[in-house]
Formats: sequence, structure tokens, C-alpha cells
Amino acid sequence: MLELITAIIKTHRLDEVKESLANAGVSGLTVTEVRGFGRQGGHTEVYRGAEYKVDFVPKLKVEILCASADVDNITEAIAKAAGTNSIGDGKIWTTPVGNALRIRTGERGVDAV
Amino acid sequence: MKRKLLTGTSLAVLLVAVMAQPAFAQSEVAPASQFVLDNLFIFIAGVLVFFMQAGFALVEAGLTRQKNVANIMMKNLMDMSAGVLAFAFVGFGIGFGGDELLKGWFGFDVGIAGVESTIGDGLLPSTFFFFQAAFAATAATIVSGAMAERTKFKSYFAYSFFITALIYPVVLRWTWGGGWLAQLEFPFSDFAGSTIVHATGGWAALMGAIILGPRIGKYAKDGSPRAIPGHNIPFVVLGAMILFVGWFGFNPGSQLAADEFVTGIALKTLLAAAAGAVAAMAANWAMDKKPDVSMAANGLLAGLVAVTAPVGAIEVWAAVVIGAIGGLIVVFSVKFIDRLKVDDPVGAISVHGVVGTFGTLSIAFFAKYDDAFLGREDAGLFYGGGLDQLWTQLIFVVVHFLFVVTTTGLLFLAIKALIGLRVSEEEELAGLDVMEHGSPGYGFETGRGEFSASSTSGAGV
Repeated sequence: MLELITAIIKTHRLDEVKESLANAGVSGLTVTEVRGFGRQGGHTEVYRGAEYKVDFVPKLKVEILCASADVDNITEAIAKAAGTNSIGDGKIWTTPVGNALRIRTGERGVDAV
Repeated sequence: MKRKLLTGTSLAVLLVAVMAQPAFAQSEVAPASQFVLDNLFIFIAGVLVFFMQAGFALVEAGLTRQKNVANIMMKNLMDMSAGVLAFAFVGFGIGFGGDELLKGWFGFDVGIAGVESTIGDGLLPSTFFFFQAAFAATAATIVSGAMAERTKFKSYFAYSFFITALIYPVVLRWTWGGGWLAQLEFPFSDFAGSTIVHATGGWAALMGAIILGPRIGKYAKDGSPRAIPGHNIPFVVLGAMILFVGWFGFNPGSQLAADEFVTGIALKTLLAAAAGAVAAMAANWAMDKKPDVSMAANGLLAGLVAVTAPVGAIEVWAAVVIGAIGGLIVVFSVKFIDRLKVDDPVGAISVHGVVGTFGTLSIAFFAKYDDAFLGREDAGLFYGGGLDQLWTQLIFVVVHFLFVVTTTGLLFLAIKALIGLRVSEEEELAGLDVMEHGSPGYGFETGRGEFSASSTSGAGV
């Protein structure tokens, strides 16, 4: 059984998250630059005397494909490394995955992770 | 080749003449040497003023959005190029063409020849033209920033030809050309052109921005101004610093001679700029909680524009005061003009029009020395000069304002009627780079990933 772990994190926590995941035995991940807002709904700034709202705050999306058995361990590793105890630390969620295929070797399922 | 040979020969003759005349006292410079120094210095000053074009281009590019960056650069390239040609063939003759006005109106040689009788002994007509052409290009380029992100390129090109061919030269003729403002009982003073150059550009920018209307998205439904942040603050600061350096050609060069006043003018220019930047930052920081980088850059430029007119007539302390007031004015003026629903993305109207006018009026209060325009010492109100100079300066700035807003207003309305002034809504939203010029400012996006360096933000906000 496979699961996809998706984490939205602060951009400057990437190095810590990567290191923490490496220690947890994760061998690969995908990072995407994303924008979004949460409960705080962005923030307001002033440019040349006129206000503007930053509705969508830049974040990083980290995706890890893993065996279901490893999900709790990896989720905890991300949470520990990404947390700064402040607003906007992000979220982690998991999604069940049907199957996976490593293109080069043709391996499937957990072997493809 | 022949010309070069001649120059070489005349230099050799000059050197021989200098060496053969040891009778000159050490404190005096041989007239021949002075001639070379004057022309060389004004040439170098003119080069510095031309380099200000790079500063204007960067400031304007930085304060506007990525999708319009090639367009704003092109406008800066072309208002300089078209402006220099227009000034050479028409404008210069109008501005400085001597008494036989009509003879001096058209044609490069005619204009140059016509000027010989009106300039000092020190400068060759070519030196004087070079320096003045740099100023004409400055007046023209101020407008591009205020009209950024929504003007048809061909319409802007037409504007830049007419302002340097016809409008700016008339201001020149009235002032530095020895016209009626120079012939008043208490003549006007505008040493390096706070009004003549900067406010001409600034008020033209005002009319351009009014007739164009604001950019899409600049004002909310309730009419409150919204920020449309520029795409490159380093460009803004680098551009402001280039302008700052260029100003050491603009103001000291306006002495039109390599003499003992030059570095004093440079010193006052330096202090006014610094005071303008600090004052603008302080005011902006106090009002908006954070010190806005581009507003501080505007403050630096405001200090420079403010001191440009009075720099020959004031004491050093007054340069600091005038520069600081210029910096304060610009912060309030940018906000005020924003709320008038006149959309000026770079603050050109405030920096050049409003502060330029202030700088010109400041002479009436702070003038102590004779800057060769005033014709007397202690002309300022603070030195017992009374109100005479204030009347002259007021007449000057009011007539200048009315003339420039009328002529540039008619010019923009004529362009609007004939070829249109504003791009379509579709084009404005997509960006002028591709729609007006065929390629984006940063990297080409073919959709196949070959030039993907900046593809993530292709049509940027």
C-alpha cells in the first residue's frame, strides 16, 4: 500500500525538512513553489503610500511517496522540522495512492518508492 | 580626418602659446588654457547628463511591471534619440537662435550658426549644443514614467518629437535664450533648470497622465488608490544613484565654465540630495510604518531637483534645507496626486513638476549670491531682498505652468484624436512588451521550454 504525503511549509524551512527526512530514511521527494492563504488570509503592506493586500503568500509544497507503514514516522519528521511555533507554519496531509511505477526499471508498488 | 588633424594642430598651437607665455601670474590661467578647460569640462558634464538617461530608464523600469519592461526601456531609448534629432534640427534654433529668430528656426547648421552671437566667449557652439541637447533629452524623458504601462508606443514617439522640437525650446527662448523673463527688471533665475527642464517634463507628465487615465486596477470601485508594485527595486535604487551621479554634470556643468564656482555647486548638490533622501524616508516612515525604498529614492531625486534652480545663489546650509523640503514635499505630493486619480507609477509629476516649481521659488527666499541670472547679491527675502524676486519667480513658474499644460495638453489631445493615445484593454492586461514590440523583456517563451529562464512569470502581474 502506498500513500502520498503532501506538506505545505515555510520556504525557509526546506533545508531542515530535507535533512530531517533524510534521517528518517526518505530517499526522494518533490518540491514545488506554491502560493496560498490559510486562516489568516494573507497580510497587508504599503507601497509608495498606497495599501495593498498580499492574498497569496509564497510557500513550498513538499511531496513524498511512501509505504503506508512509514506515514506516521515521516509526517512527524516533517512537522518537527517545519515548525517555528508561529502563524503560517503550514499543513501536512496524506492521500492514498493507487500504484506507482519506476520508469527506468519497470518496478511497481512499494518497490518503486 | 581633416577635422581631427585641425584639432590636433590647434591643440599644438595652444600648447606652444601657453608655454611661450610664462609671464602669466601663477593664479591666472592663460586664456587659451581656460578655453580648453571650459570646453572639456562642459563636454564631460554633458556626457554625465546624457548618462542620466540610463538612470531614468532604470527607475521607470523598476517601478513598473515586468510585462511592460521592454516598452518602458524602448520609450527611454527613443525619447532620447528622437528628442536629440528634433532638438538639433528645430528646437535648438528656436531656443537659442539669436535675434534673427526666423533664420534660426530650422536646420542644424542654421541653428548652430545662429547661436554664436548669444553665447559666451568660452564655449564652442558644438560644446554648447552638446550640453543643451542632453538637457532637452532630460526634459523629454521625464514623461515616459508617468505615462507608463498604458500608452501606445507610436503616440509616445510622436509626443517626444514635438516636446523637444517645439515646446521645450519656447521655454528655453523665454529664459536661458535671453527672452522676456531674462529681460524683466528683476530677471528670473533658474540656474540649472528646476523649472526650465524638470517642471517642463513634470507638467507634461501631468497632462499625459490625466488625458490617459489611470491603469486598469489602479483604483478600487470606491475610488481608493491601490498599489501596483513595481517589479525591480534594485533597478530603482541603481537608477536613482546613476541620476545622482549624472547631476554632478547637470548642476556644476550649468556654470558653463571650468571656474572656481564649480565644486561649490557640486557640494551643494551633494548635500541637497542627501537631505532629500533622508527627509523623504523619515516622513514616509512616520506615516506608513515602514521606510519604502522607492520613496526614499524619489526623495533623493527630489532633493536634487529642488536645488537645481537655486544652487548658484544659495549658501551651503540652505542647500540642506531646500533639499530636505524637496524630500518632504515629494512624499506628500505622491500621495496627494494618487488620490486625485492621476496615476503616475513613478512619481514623475511630484519629483519634477511639484518639487521643480518649489526649487525655483526657493530662490526668492534663499538667494544670497549673484548666480549670473539675478544680477545682484542678497536678492532673497531672508537676506533683505524684499519681494521683488518672489514676484519674478512667481510669474515665471505660473506662466511656465500655464504654457506647458496648455501646449502639452493640446498635443496629447491631438495625438489622441489622430492616432489614439492608449492601448486597448486587452493589450494593457496582456502587457505592452509582446503586443507593442513583439517580445517580452526577459526571455522568450516559445512553449517548448527552450527559453524557460523566466517562463514561470511570463505575463507577470
